[in-house]
Amino acid sequence: MTQHGRRQMSDKTIAHFFIWPTLILLIVMNIFPLFYSLYLSFNDYSVIANEPPQWVALDNYEKILTTERSRYWHNFTVTGRYAALSVGLQIVIGFGLAMLLREKFRGSGLITTLILIPMMLSPVVVGLFWKLIFDPSKGFFNYLIYLNPRGGDQWLSDATLGLWAIVIVDVWMWSPFVMLLCLSGLGAIPNYLYEAAAIDRASAWFQFRRITLPQVMPLLLIAVLFRTIEAFKAFDLVMGLTGGGPGDRTETVAVRLYSEAFLKTRTGESSALAYIVLIIIISISNLYIRALNRAREG
Amino acid sequence: MMKKTGSFLLLAVLVLSLALGVGGATAAPKAQVTELKIFWAQWPPADYLQEIGNRYEAETGIKVTVIQEPWGTFLDRMTAEWAAKGDAYDMVVGDSQWLGQGAEQGHYMELTDFMVENGIHETVTPATLQFYGEYPPGSGRYWAYPTEGDAVGWAYRKDRLEDPEEMAAFEAKYGYPLAVPKTWMELRDIAEFFYRPDENVYGAAIYTQKDYDGMIMGYENVMFSWGVNWQDENNQVLGIVNSERAVEALEFYKELYQFAPPGTDNAFFTEVNSAFINGQATLVMNYFAFFPDMLDVGKNPYAQVTDFFAGPAGPYGDRYVALGGQGLSVLNYISDERKQASLDFIKWFAQEDIQRQWAEVGGYTCNIAVLESEAFLNHTPYNPAFAESMTFVKDFWNIPIYNDLLEPAQRYINGYVVGNVGTAKEALDGMAVEQHEVLVEAGVIDG
Repeated sequence: MTQHGRRQMSDKTIAHFFIWPTLILLIVMNIFPLFYSLYLSFNDYSVIANEPPQWVALDNYEKILTTERSRYWHNFTVTGRYAALSVGLQIVIGFGLAMLLREKFRGSGLITTLILIPMMLSPVVVGLFWKLIFDPSKGFFNYLIYLNPRGGDQWLSDATLGLWAIVIVDVWMWSPFVMLLCLSGLGAIPNYLYEAAAIDRASAWFQFRRITLPQVMPLLLIAVLFRTIEAFKAFDLVMGLTGGGPGDRTETVAVRLYSEAFLKTRTGESSALAYIVLIIIISISNLYIRALNRAREG
Repeated sequence: MMKKTGSFLLLAVLVLSLALGVGGATAAPKAQVTELKIFWAQWPPADYLQEIGNRYEAETGIKVTVIQEPWGTFLDRMTAEWAAKGDAYDMVVGDSQWLGQGAEQGHYMELTDFMVENGIHETVTPATLQFYGEYPPGSGRYWAYPTEGDAVGWAYRKDRLEDPEEMAAFEAKYGYPLAVPKTWMELRDIAEFFYRPDENVYGAAIYTQKDYDGMIMGYENVMFSWGVNWQDENNQVLGIVNSERAVEALEFYKELYQFAPPGTDNAFFTEVNSAFINGQATLVMNYFAFFPDMLDVGKNPYAQVTDFFAGPAGPYGDRYVALGGQGLSVLNYISDERKQASLDFIKWFAQEDIQRQWAEVGGYTCNIAVLESEAFLNHTPYNPAFAESMTFVKDFWNIPIYNDLLEPAQRYINGYVVGNVGTAKEALDGMAVEQHEVLVEAGVIDG
């Protein structure tokens, strides 16, 4: 480029040179797929069938939400149960751990670091080694809870225990995340609040209920929000541990979505399911954010 | 203004070209094929094919690369490639169930003229040509060259079955001598006899896996041997897959699972082999292609006392085993030059001498002459059982919607056998109704 050409380029043009590549990439990689999948959700279409999409209006949504045999409600129920159990236990355990580690003592830093390790691991790796831990023949899980481990349960293939097995692993992995958030919340509570309460001879329970809990609540709600969204997307752990089985007893929405989209290649129907999940997650997030705002204001 | 618009357009084209990588591809001149890429699952036969491919390179100068993908994602990756109409691979050694999809949806190149003109269709056994190459069944149209024949067979601990004390105790208990089972009922008795959790010894390790087709590839052996098929001659499933005999067969399979080693609740080829190698299982079902490990003393401490047999007969005289194995297909999205180069490879590969070499390195040839040869039958201890099995194989559906039919089958059978969900009748009724709806929706049968 000549000196003349370079002089002609204005600041605005240079700014465009920086902005447009990003915008084009965003449009090609994010925005176009988002709207194209929305369009596909109103079509009967299989990505490998070599046939053009056929417009079916709301049929895919109707099938997912109203057809009994489509089993989608079962998948939503499993996901809801999993989210409730998993997030509930993570909040209790994570908050409990934070309360225990709130006071500094010798080795508390090391213990905190060790507790945080599970959340730094890849969910696929976690799924694989917990599969071994649950193995009734080689794993040690049954040795911890049964007197006769050989006669113990096959956790991952039991119709009832299968979901609990996934919950146990998820709680093991993500309670430290809740603990971390709660620790930062607990650390931010001013000491004078407790001092004033002590002068008023407030009991420990009263202090917890009226000072600790309200002060940590915003961060707890953020933890609940993040973990609930993650629970609704639960895929890697479930696939790694049970594959959705036995039968479809642990088949979450995300696992079903994978099956419809990539095994059966029902692209239109799976796009509709993905949009329903997206709407649910946005709705839940909105509810939490409102609660969070109320907690902050209160 | 025009200049600005021009520079934006230029920039947009540049970025899009970089993002989509179209610059080089469109401008590439037609070139002589120097490499052929074959896509297959990650397992020993793919290594054997690579060895054969190296010999092809030595003869012709054309490099052959066998790209291996783990079994768990093999279908996913192929599906993604089909969806993109990609040309990353020239050929695929695809599952027998994929034939309908490959043929009807245009992913596979039709090989009928090529195979007939070169007489290749007459060099392989009729069963393998039918299951690995022909679609629709009986049409005489071919889409794949039968490459890796396979079926489900059995490995067993000879030291346990031939132990004099065990033999005496077994005969005293069951009233007939302990020997390699000829019927499923005998197999069940052996599994029960050796079920000794306190000694960490168990009966039979069988397929139970929830993913893809694991559970069905195990159950099918019993189902077919009870005289049950996946459909009748009109493709109807109601009253067929959930017939009384089907219920009996499924109950039998579940009973057999009660004698399986713990931890085989999600077992396929790797897990059943492990249960045998770690000394727990007395009998294991597995595809013959996974038996080489059983004879490897470095992997199996019981290799010296391991022997093999073909699937037993059912109570009504039927005897069938589930088909494994794959055929070699040319993908439709490659250039004409690459298609021709792929056909040249298949023509070379299908020669009797090369098929003999394929069998020698460990591949399961479908070539009639090689299969019948003494050299093949004596090559490994399991080859006679393999050759016998290939005469009574049956397979799952291979129409384009096979996965829609497979999914409810896997779900219901796995739920019942492993998870104790409902009864055998309820499981099969549920499966039958869902499969019927899938077939009606796809227009295969009338509602």
